[in-house]
Amino acid sequence: MNGVWSAPLAWVGRSALELSAGFGRFGRFAASAVRALSDTGTWGRLLVDQMARLGVESIPIAIFIAAFTGIVLALQASYTITGAVPLYFVGALVAKTMILELGPVLTGLALAGRVGANIASEIGTMRVTEQIDALETLAYDPVAYLVVPRVFAGVVMFPIVTAFAIAVGIAAGWITSINLLDLSTPEFVRGVRAFFDTFDVRYSLIKATSFGLVVTFVGCFSGFGATSGAAAVGRATTQAVVVSSMLILVLDAFWAAVLL
Amino acid sequence: MSIRLWEVRKSFGSRAVLDGVSLEVGDGETVALVGFSGSGKSVLLKTIVGLLKPDSGAVFVDGKDVGALRREELYALRRQVGYVFQFAALFDSMTVAENVAMGLRRVPGITEEQIHERTEESLRLVELEGYGPRYPGQLSGGQRKRVGLARAIATRPRYVLYDEPTTGLDPVTTAVIDRLILKMARELGVTSLVVTHNMESAFRIADRIAFLHEGRIRFTGTPEEVRGSGDPIVRAFIEGRPELAQEVV
Repeated sequence: MNGVWSAPLAWVGRSALELSAGFGRFGRFAASAVRALSDTGTWGRLLVDQMARLGVESIPIAIFIAAFTGIVLALQASYTITGAVPLYFVGALVAKTMILELGPVLTGLALAGRVGANIASEIGTMRVTEQIDALETLAYDPVAYLVVPRVFAGVVMFPIVTAFAIAVGIAAGWITSINLLDLSTPEFVRGVRAFFDTFDVRYSLIKATSFGLVVTFVGCFSGFGATSGAAAVGRATTQAVVVSSMLILVLDAFWAAVLL
Repeated sequence: MSIRLWEVRKSFGSRAVLDGVSLEVGDGETVALVGFSGSGKSVLLKTIVGLLKPDSGAVFVDGKDVGALRREELYALRRQVGYVFQFAALFDSMTVAENVAMGLRRVPGITEEQIHERTEESLRLVELEGYGPRYPGQLSGGQRKRVGLARAIATRPRYVLYDEPTTGLDPVTTAVIDRLILKMARELGVTSLVVTHNMESAFRIADRIAFLHEGRIRFTGTPEEVRGSGDPIVRAFIEGRPELAQEVV
């Protein structure tokens, strides 16, 4: 009996210990990031560059995804509501879905791949090549130098990129509607306005802000955790993308439950 | 103004890397720390600047207990200590000049003009004048090490720690680096601790040589005393004859 249960119990015990150690590391890392906020002299001058790298350079991929999402939404909405519901509801469905859900979530997931992976691999490489130790010996707080500007840039830029994505998605839905569906511009706009609420935009941007925080912070944490070698950097990058994508979906449900 | 390690112990898991190391590097002195691969030399260097915390024992730099320093005090101390990494650890997204200027940007009250002048001067000192706009990826191994050295000395630290500064370099570049280490000590009066495997290099640059073995300092002496040492482990190391060490085991 003992022999049968000892292995799985040992596995459960080990996993619980590893999990709690991981939470402990994450907590310490978060505390060091909060402490580093006061070191504005270090991270302040790096912020604009990070906003450009993480935010502005992400706009093309966000726009690409949003444009095709808008097209598909318009076509699927028209397919779904044939007959029973007036066709101008296509505008309502495209706008509402882009603002509330697909704009922030698809942008968040795309940026988890682009930004999260970029941060984790860059910081992970710096870790394994002792560049982070070098920062320390040059009297820099590596968290203030590497983490704070990236997280700050993510928190500021994710909502901006998301806003672009939403606008492009709705525009793509409109262009699709007037060209491929039997819908005029006034009808499409009527649909958009019928269910529009400014709270939806606030809700969407709050979600995007939280996604920016999660993607950049998890990317930094994973990169700092890389121990040695190229394989460790690869693992850190994968971990950053997987964990931040999962957290985006969890946060999506969390904000829906709390704010709607 | 000295570096003093007292009974420093450091383990990774069940493996004791440093097992009660005591060592002193006097003011203006150059000490070469030698020992077999994996003997904990780099770990010892990292404890001096607080990159690693000893499990027990203490490290004093300038009379200050490194482990007891608050964060700001530790950064102030680090501004007094230059660290040359084994693989240079240059910031690969920055130019050579930006790398060298990194430490200078932490000096309170320094102007951009002074940073520029000091950067040029440090690159001149390591014989890399005009290399400022290049990126680390465009440099040879020896040049990268010299940039690492320029970065470490740019703030004119009172201490410089060298982690295998000549490993993997050809004899001529090794001699160039050795000459630079001597220049730092003689012209800038820095106190130096040099981790190396290269005994020729150690004999050339060191006032004293310390031999780290099985987590402890097994032997300390002048280059002449090391040459004349009868300790079989030390002899095995300097003569490259493992059979001498095996006789002891």
